[in-house]
Amino acid sequence: MTQNYFELFALEAKFNIELQTLETNFRKIQAEVHPDRFVTAPAPEKIKFMHLATLANEAYQTLKHPATRAKYLLELQGISAISETNTAMPTDFLMQQMEWREVLENGIAEKEVDTLENLIQEIKVEVKSLQLQLIELFDVKKDFTSATDVTRKLIFMAKVSEDIKHAIERLD
Amino acid sequence: MAYSDKVLDHYENPRNVGTLDKNDPNVGTGMVGAPACGDVMKLMIKVNDNGIIEDAKFKTYGCGSAIASSSLVTEWLKGRTIDEAYAIKNSEIAEELALPPVKIHCSVLAEDAIKAAVADIKAKQLAAKEAA
Repeated sequence: MTQNYFELFALEAKFNIELQTLETNFRKIQAEVHPDRFVTAPAPEKIKFMHLATLANEAYQTLKHPATRAKYLLELQGISAISETNTAMPTDFLMQQMEWREVLENGIAEKEVDTLENLIQEIKVEVKSLQLQLIELFDVKKDFTSATDVTRKLIFMAKVSEDIKHAIERLD
Repeated sequence: MAYSDKVLDHYENPRNVGTLDKNDPNVGTGMVGAPACGDVMKLMIKVNDNGIIEDAKFKTYGCGSAIASSSLVTEWLKGRTIDEAYAIKNSEIAEELALPPVKIHCSVLAEDAIKAAVADIKAKQLAAKEAA
């Protein structure tokens, strides 16, 4: 399989993709490779379509979320955004992360769902701004070095948002 | 995943949690982060006039291994010179805590935090020398 994830869904390899197209083309592939259609097919064919179904699912999940989409765009350029040996991030960004983690910890301890909901909103604003930067860096300037820095931030944000959402679910 | 006894010990009784006065000219701060797991680590060291680390504090948000790695290095740092501190390798941390391969990056974070804190104190000292 030489196709990349974007090609699989007939999308241009950009950060700012048409989510509707992604959705529609994913459903199309899903319908085509549905196991029910190959009940009587020979085994090698079944396996082939099972692989395609798995690939489509993986590709869809990757492209659907902005953080993983950005990370994948960098991978296509041969850049690893989350290399374990790269731990340098801007200090003010990390300070902010630490503050949010503190609010999260206190929110869980005090069972303050409202505080956590507000935190999610605050983070959403930041995420939006990072995404706008990525459209500019990936799609307009093709500045993959700067895009890597912003992508690392976005991955951080996705992780903290996810942790907050889980905390809210547990408190509800 | 099962944590080693040493990780559990540091995780349950972390040493030297807290902060030092970041405006103190003898205090260096190192902040590092790992996007993949969302870990953030802050390490602060206080250095005396002989270049020996007198105190070390940390604050880490992350998994047990990240907390244990930073707790352990604060113990190691006290009494060492900043050059000795800079020479600490993540493999020593990983070995001491018996970290599994998937948690090696936590020790990398701790090593980099030390290096960042030492770089910060050196930059502060240089700035002070130039101002004098």
